[in-house]
Amino acid sequence: KMASLDRVKVLVLGDSGVGKSSLVHLLCQNQVLGNPSWTVGCSVDVRVHDYKEGTPEEKTYYIELWDVGGSVGSASSVKSTRAVFYNSVNGIILVHDLTNKKSSQNLYRWSLEALNRDLVPTGVLVTNGDYDREQFADNQIPLLVIGTKLDQIHETKRHEVLTRTAFLAEDFNAEEINLDCTNPRYLAAGSSNAVKLSRFFDKVIEKRYFLREGNQIPGFPDRKRFGGGTLKSLHY
Amino acid sequence: MSFLIDSSIMITSQILFFGFGWLFFMRQLFKDYEVRQYVVQVIFSVTFAFSCTMFELIIFEILKVLNSSSRYFHWKMNLCVILLILVFMVPFYIGYFIVSNIRLLHKQRLLFSCLLWLTFMYFFWKLGDPFPILSPKHGILSIEQLISRVGVIGVTLMALLSGFGAVNCPYTYMSYFLRNVTDADILALERRLLQTMDMIISKKKRMAMTRRTMFQKGEVHNKPSGFWGMIKSVTTSAPGSENLTLIQQEVDALEELSRQLFLETADLYATKERIEYSKTFKGKYFNFLGYFFSIYCVWKIFMATINIVFDRVGKTDPVTRGIEITVNYLGIQFDVKFWSQHISFILVGIIIVTSIRGLLITLTKFFYAISSS
Repeated sequence: KMASLDRVKVLVLGDSGVGKSSLVHLLCQNQVLGNPSWTVGCSVDVRVHDYKEGTPEEKTYYIELWDVGGSVGSASSVKSTRAVFYNSVNGIILVHDLTNKKSSQNLYRWSLEALNRDLVPTGVLVTNGDYDREQFADNQIPLLVIGTKLDQIHETKRHEVLTRTAFLAEDFNAEEINLDCTNPRYLAAGSSNAVKLSRFFDKVIEKRYFLREGNQIPGFPDRKRFGGGTLKSLHY
Repeated sequence: MSFLIDSSIMITSQILFFGFGWLFFMRQLFKDYEVRQYVVQVIFSVTFAFSCTMFELIIFEILKVLNSSSRYFHWKMNLCVILLILVFMVPFYIGYFIVSNIRLLHKQRLLFSCLLWLTFMYFFWKLGDPFPILSPKHGILSIEQLISRVGVIGVTLMALLSGFGAVNCPYTYMSYFLRNVTDADILALERRLLQTMDMIISKKKRMAMTRRTMFQKGEVHNKPSGFWGMIKSVTTSAPGSENLTLIQQEVDALEELSRQLFLETADLYATKERIEYSKTFKGKYFNFLGYFFSIYCVWKIFMATINIVFDRVGKTDPVTRGIEITVNYLGIQFDVKFWSQHISFILVGIIIVTSIRGLLITLTKFFYAISSS
């Protein structure tokens, strides 16, 4: 019964300390994470998602949320190690801290790191981190921007912060959600945030299973290192 | 009049050092983070500025620049400010920020940080007990008490750093210690890492499905909390939640494994980069230097051990001894006093510059190593 459900892989990227682990815990276990500690390497969690909920075509999928830890200015050895997690990704959630502008700016570099790595065959990152809108224009992988620690923004500053994040989400051609990971009511069923999240996961599943007649997502070929086929055989 | 000119020169240089410390903090240490509390940056820059001013005053003393009385005045003022910062402000703020991070004590953080500071002062004072500092000339609440303790701690720290550097330096520079890492090793390790991640995922899928069926059936999984919770969970537990705790334990073990594999892989990549670097000209040059350094470090360790074991105290500094040997054995005519002072001065200058540079580099590395959230 379990193996018959298909898999979908979504990366959760962002600077250290923005709250990715809390967010993933909230999304997968509907509970607030009591003791956040910093993530070494990558931590995975699984969310059971009903695709096209409420319609006759409803089907249940497992969505794997890969929470990759670290900072965007890490040593190149750490970046090369992280790159192994960016294989065959179906969606990316970019997380930034609403109280920290630098974490929002670093999202550009994060997305470039995850999206560009397959363009250089030696596996060494050569990008200088410059943001190029064209790279996002033909990007096929659905993105979602989530801003955390909304409760720490004072009422008077909220409008200014939310305007800034709206521009950010527009740059990525993505939806945005702003919440506080220690409060489950932001993602309560039926709220606009929950609807956006559901739509995002539906889009990811669609791109993965229903739009791939040619069997490859253009612009994002699987890594050739393991000889093409063998890597796929590691996943079911 | 000359006092005013001297003071303005000193103050200009202090402002320059302050600006440099500020820029270093902003550009290097806090490159990827946002500064929330500007107090920290200000204290860092002020400490840096006054420390550099102390070096500057020593150099001025040797070169006999500026008026002697104004030098003395600035020296005293410098010492007072640095001691004030070192003994009062920095420990207090460290305690304050530590306490602010603990949620329990957040409300009375001022009180607790004062308590922490008092504890620090107690141990700081106790430090001076074994040393013959107290003398009738100076009295108990004088500047000498503070300086002597700060000096003891400072010299010990420098000795520790120097010892660590003596051992670490050959290891870093020489390529003899580099393991041979091939691409195949890295690939194999990455494959293991991905396999572990897959195992974790399959277990988490089971847990998620179990939780969902339990939720739909109306059972709730309560993690055993507290003493009575643990006792209760021994005797009665729903089969679903029992399963969950078992799988959770397996997942915890696998996650620990995945972390280890990740760190090992990062280590292999770093070693591979070092091997590549050692094949370049720069790498070969450093490797060569490394051999010299390691011989010097081994000699230093050896001499230090002999000094401690045989309880020897050096009478003359190496420079003067070197010049004496040169004069006596090679018969070259030297004005020993003149040259030894100037050479010592140049050496002091070099030591000052390299120690500031070394300190800044170490700070950056240390900061990146511990900064994660």
